[in-house]
Amino acid sequence: MTTFQGYRRQDGRAGTRNHVLVIPSVGCSQVCAQAIARGFRGAVCLPNVFGCGQMGEDRAIVRRTLAGFGANPNVFSVLIVGNGCEELSAGELAGDIARAGKPVEALVIQEAGGTRRTTAQGRKVVAEMLRQAARLGREPIPAGALVLGTECGGSDYTSGLASNPALGFASDMLVAEGGTVILSETPEIIGAEHLLAARARTKKTARQIIDVAAWWEQRAIASGQNIRESNPAPGNIAGGISTLEEKSLGCIYKAGTAPLEELVGYASRPAKKGLVYMDTPAHDIEQLTGMVAGGAQIVAFTTGRGTPCGSPVAPVIKITANRQTYLAMRDNIDMDMDRLLKGRETLAQAGKRIFDEIIAVASGKLTKAEKLGQGDFAIFKMNPDI
Amino acid sequence: MRQAKVIVINAKDNVATALDRLEKGTTVSINVKGHTEKIEVLSEIPKGHKVALKAIAKGEAVIKYGETIGRAVSRIARGEHVHIHNLTSGPRGGRA
Repeated sequence: MTTFQGYRRQDGRAGTRNHVLVIPSVGCSQVCAQAIARGFRGAVCLPNVFGCGQMGEDRAIVRRTLAGFGANPNVFSVLIVGNGCEELSAGELAGDIARAGKPVEALVIQEAGGTRRTTAQGRKVVAEMLRQAARLGREPIPAGALVLGTECGGSDYTSGLASNPALGFASDMLVAEGGTVILSETPEIIGAEHLLAARARTKKTARQIIDVAAWWEQRAIASGQNIRESNPAPGNIAGGISTLEEKSLGCIYKAGTAPLEELVGYASRPAKKGLVYMDTPAHDIEQLTGMVAGGAQIVAFTTGRGTPCGSPVAPVIKITANRQTYLAMRDNIDMDMDRLLKGRETLAQAGKRIFDEIIAVASGKLTKAEKLGQGDFAIFKMNPDI
Repeated sequence: MRQAKVIVINAKDNVATALDRLEKGTTVSINVKGHTEKIEVLSEIPKGHKVALKAIAKGEAVIKYGETIGRAVSRIARGEHVHIHNLTSGPRGGRA
């Protein structure tokens, strides 16, 4: 059994980081929330711009995403900063997070008497939370407690040939340890959905996979776009990928070969362990945000063309098999799979390297994105705001 | 000259991926199903792009990873560059 050095949480889950998280429940309180977190080592602020004006299911998605970040095992405790008249109230959000067994406090600008007073009060709260967080140490935790988000972006021919199959090998290793692996980005399973559906544990999950792929294609058509014309993107095409099917087939390699246990909605927490599917857009940051809100404590992100992407709460390990990209973006990319592409190491060796890096990062090794302070955050919505 | 590397991922594939740029008019040796095939490169293949392993008729499926990645929009000759100019997506590709 493999273990990592993690932080044990009250709800039985375990963190790879120990952040104090400041969440603005509405866009109006974001600047104040940023001011509260500024300069504190160990405190992060979510750059949320929503919380008011969302229609239909979007309200539920925004609430679920923000609450999911607060409940993420990488978070020690949470301060919610509201404005006061918003639809998603600070108290409501604090209630969701408290139910997940997490220490949480809330401040409201209209009640506290303006930005300066709220900031001063908030900084006292965060300073005290950080003192408490520092008292919690890492301890050995089975790797089976990990929820690994998988993602690919800026794909080229090297993604499907090397970095995605290698990540797939690591995904299988984590599933064998009893862990959870999330596959997502539905527009990029189109053309390969039949292969995933065939791996589903139940007929219901198989049907859901086919349905979500069809939904995204229809949704694009309804807004006047042929998803197969806009995807692959120009960079993918320059990198040798000709069609969406080709991109998708390369894309699903990162999920390995395990059976698919269930399908969950955007930013929803999987109930099952093993390989699970989350229905998200292919937009890198919205996808990443959905998986972290669903409880991923660590993310592995493969790329061909290169990306600086990172999360405010979860470490994101970036992997490429494109040597030029690795050399050109050394401050962004964590791992180089060139040896696998060139046939100088086996898939098992490359996969084991990724698995070992996942354990090292889960135990505290900083990723390139963390060193750069890259905290990307964007919530997927279905409708315009009003 | 160093042998250019070209990869066939699945035995069912009718295209291979060039790991180096292939010059027009050169002949490359490609390992297909355990034996070596010599293919004359009919058009320049940029690094990472696909070359046809056999003639592909208009409308026929282009296979990579052992799966359909789209259909030929015109006849593709053995050794020709296979990309967006002669290969198109779905609709509902992958499902026969």
